[in-house]
Amino acid sequence: MEFFRIRKDIPFMRHALVFNIISLITFIAAVFFLATRGLHFSVEFTGGTLMEVGYAQAPDLRQIRQQLESDGFADPQVQNFGSSRDVLIRVPLAKGAESSKVGEQVMASLMKVGAGVTAAAMTPQLKRVEFVGPQVGKELAEDGALALLLVIVGIVLYLAFRFEWRFAVSAIIANLHDVVIILGFFAFFQWEFSLPVLAAVLAVLGYSVNESVVVFDRVRETFKKKRGLTTPEVLDHAITSTISRTIITHGSTQMMVTSMLIFGGPALHYFALALTIGICFGIYSSVLVASPLVMWMGVSRAQFVQAKVEKQEAVV
Amino acid sequence: MNRYPLWKNATVLIALVLGLLYTLPNFFGEAPAVQVASVKATHKVDARLMSQVEVALKAAAVSPQGVVLDLTSIRVRLADTDTQLKAKDAIEKALNPVATDASYSVALNLVSDSPNWLSGIHALPMYLGLDLRGGVHFLLQVDMKGALTKRLDSIGADLRGLMRDKNIRHGGIVREGQAVAIRFRDAETRDKARAVLTDNQPDLQLVDAQEGADLRLVATLKPPAEKRIQEFAVKQNITTLHNRINELGVAEPVIQQQGIDRIVVQLPGVQDTAKAKDILGRTATLEVRMVDDEASANMDIMEQAARGQPPPGTEYYIERGGRGLLVKKQVVLTGERLTDAQAGFDSQTQEPAVHLSLDSSGARIFKDVTRENVGKRMAILLIEKGKGEVVTAPVIRTEIGGGRVQISGRMSTVEANDVALLLRAGSLAAPMEIIEERTVGPSLGADNIAKGFSSTMWGFIAISVFMASYYLLFGIVSVLALSANLLFLVALLSLLQATLTLPGIAAIALTLGMAIDANVLINERVREELRSGNSPQASITAGYERAWATILDSNITTLIAGVALLIFGSGPVRGFAVVHCLGILTSIFSSVVVSRALINLIYGHRRKLVAVSIGQVWKPGV
Repeated sequence: MEFFRIRKDIPFMRHALVFNIISLITFIAAVFFLATRGLHFSVEFTGGTLMEVGYAQAPDLRQIRQQLESDGFADPQVQNFGSSRDVLIRVPLAKGAESSKVGEQVMASLMKVGAGVTAAAMTPQLKRVEFVGPQVGKELAEDGALALLLVIVGIVLYLAFRFEWRFAVSAIIANLHDVVIILGFFAFFQWEFSLPVLAAVLAVLGYSVNESVVVFDRVRETFKKKRGLTTPEVLDHAITSTISRTIITHGSTQMMVTSMLIFGGPALHYFALALTIGICFGIYSSVLVASPLVMWMGVSRAQFVQAKVEKQEAVV
Repeated sequence: MNRYPLWKNATVLIALVLGLLYTLPNFFGEAPAVQVASVKATHKVDARLMSQVEVALKAAAVSPQGVVLDLTSIRVRLADTDTQLKAKDAIEKALNPVATDASYSVALNLVSDSPNWLSGIHALPMYLGLDLRGGVHFLLQVDMKGALTKRLDSIGADLRGLMRDKNIRHGGIVREGQAVAIRFRDAETRDKARAVLTDNQPDLQLVDAQEGADLRLVATLKPPAEKRIQEFAVKQNITTLHNRINELGVAEPVIQQQGIDRIVVQLPGVQDTAKAKDILGRTATLEVRMVDDEASANMDIMEQAARGQPPPGTEYYIERGGRGLLVKKQVVLTGERLTDAQAGFDSQTQEPAVHLSLDSSGARIFKDVTRENVGKRMAILLIEKGKGEVVTAPVIRTEIGGGRVQISGRMSTVEANDVALLLRAGSLAAPMEIIEERTVGPSLGADNIAKGFSSTMWGFIAISVFMASYYLLFGIVSVLALSANLLFLVALLSLLQATLTLPGIAAIALTLGMAIDANVLINERVREELRSGNSPQASITAGYERAWATILDSNITTLIAGVALLIFGSGPVRGFAVVHCLGILTSIFSSVVVSRALINLIYGHRRKLVAVSIGQVWKPGV
């Protein structure tokens, strides 16, 4: 069995401009949504209290919300989590209140909701509490930004060392464009951006750089081996000969991620979702965005062969 | 020819055997157990205690499945949870005859059900994080400024004593923010005082100042001293938390410093957050101050004080009996000077009492103060979150020397025990605040494990089916290599006892999904070599060799991201990053070395190899 029976190199580079325009449009859209809607940060970043409560019967969310509001919680969020019997409650940080006690207070007011109705069915069972103070959230955001910066600098340095600065710069631009697009999705759909999602974004950044690395490896090899090809032809050849591997690898990883989406439950949902977007755009960007960028930056055969010639001359 | 030298095959074999050994304990599950640990330094956990436990169990007709003694605890393994509860009660009764004065903590726990020889080689099951086993996680912030003010308060008291000892007249010593100011009448005394202070208090920085006609000497802490005090405050708070948590009876608490001024507390299995928080959050500190008896006796002043206008230099408190009391702001002694507190009885009146022991410096201060104030009242205050409570305000009958102090009067036995416990559990060197809390119920934990496990399993099955049908035998070898990767990863996690969390399980799944990349690269390369007409053996060699550089490059970029997460990540992200980084390392070994060893084993020895089973190799133009 072989999926990819490609007779000739596919002329990807002829359409380079089209790909770059598509990228630019999605990128601008992502930035637009990030700017207008913003990310829906989880409690870990904003600070506040998050509680997961289980009921024997599906409770009335509106009633819970009203009870919480009448008990003095400003702007509580109440929603189902996973099933209709599990409820997720978010209470933002309140000034002055003794914030670490919020969990107990919320439970007390949840008990009041159940008191009127059949007691047993409406008794909430506490499954999880997360409380994050204001100072922690700020630090997490800073640490996240620092981690992103470290990844970028690390990858650029490594690629510049292994290949060439043009490769390094275009690979990182291509993959940052992925990151922005993932964030754009999270902003557009207002999905919750939590710490595991941040981890997924960074992991996928490291992972999709692989793609560019594999293609660039081929580019270097082709430049050295085959003479007389123009730069676009070399890039086309490199992409074509690695496309089968690219799609199979990403397909395999995506199988794992899909399995997480299906079986992982709500706790892993957004993590897997971020990975899915990252993987899909990773294929596209690291191949079809990074390569044209390399081309625009003027990569040529001379950059790979020259070094050798100079050495020989020096010896003679 | 594709053959590995003996040492390479041996390495692979040894790695696999070790991997299997250290993965094994994870399959045995856990058995209910009772864990006994010492709460007091004077009570050691040793073989004698173990026999005591065994006798107690025999008396209660409980037959344990094993009693193990390790460095700090005794663990009794039991058949089921019913006997576990029974055993706990029996041991508790035997070891702690007086429930209020427990010497040992007896807690319910789970121990690995794996055979002893596995535990002997430190093969333990993976250490599950709180989100998988259920429990409470707190992050506490130590108030460093509070630690410094407290220290300055007690320095103020020391300075007063010093001035008196050296016969230096001063016009009052007060703490002003982060400094202590001493007033003097003339410059000569100030110079004398400065000389004395420089000799006796090397931690202080002294600056002259003038305020109106008064000459002042302002003392602040030197930066190194400040740093030392802050470090000490965190250490002291950790010790205090240890003591308090021991009284809770938690099986495997984690109490660690994080950063400069934070403490992480993790209590696995604890569900009652309210109680845990109450005990942790009891930021009670002890203070001994003098009562302003004259003002307290004056009805007018007391009425004003009750309305919130106490005379300057005093504070208004309500005693336990309900009567108001004016206490001087000046602190005589703080809880730092306290070495022990025990509940007991007054030797003469047989009233319930609390016996306090003070350290030498505390004893000296106490002796001086009591000598000078016979007949007056002294208040013992518990300060919680800035609010004080007068525990008792006894009358000083005689000078009390030797550092043994007894508090008695108007206390029940229970109250005496409470006060003793609160004081003994240690006062905190600085107030703390909970800045992060995470509680996970046990059912949710089990649910998380099941979900994480099934997503990994189904993902693995899907990849296996695809690889085997697309690359045939090479695909099966890739799947075997991937299994080896999983084996190594689990073994490493078990060996390092790194905490496995739900994001950690997700990282296992993701790493497996990414690790197959290396094998796809190899297999595609081998196909390509075959396509260009090379012999099977040569194609295998070339395929592995050419793919190697690419595999290394791509894994390093992934590793860079993993390391960044490891450095900057906290909590769930760190759990993810640890597994991710380890997984990348194991995947390089398994996908390249292990799979090559297998391929060599299958094809390497055949001299005339015509074809390999790697699926159809399509050639353009044929």
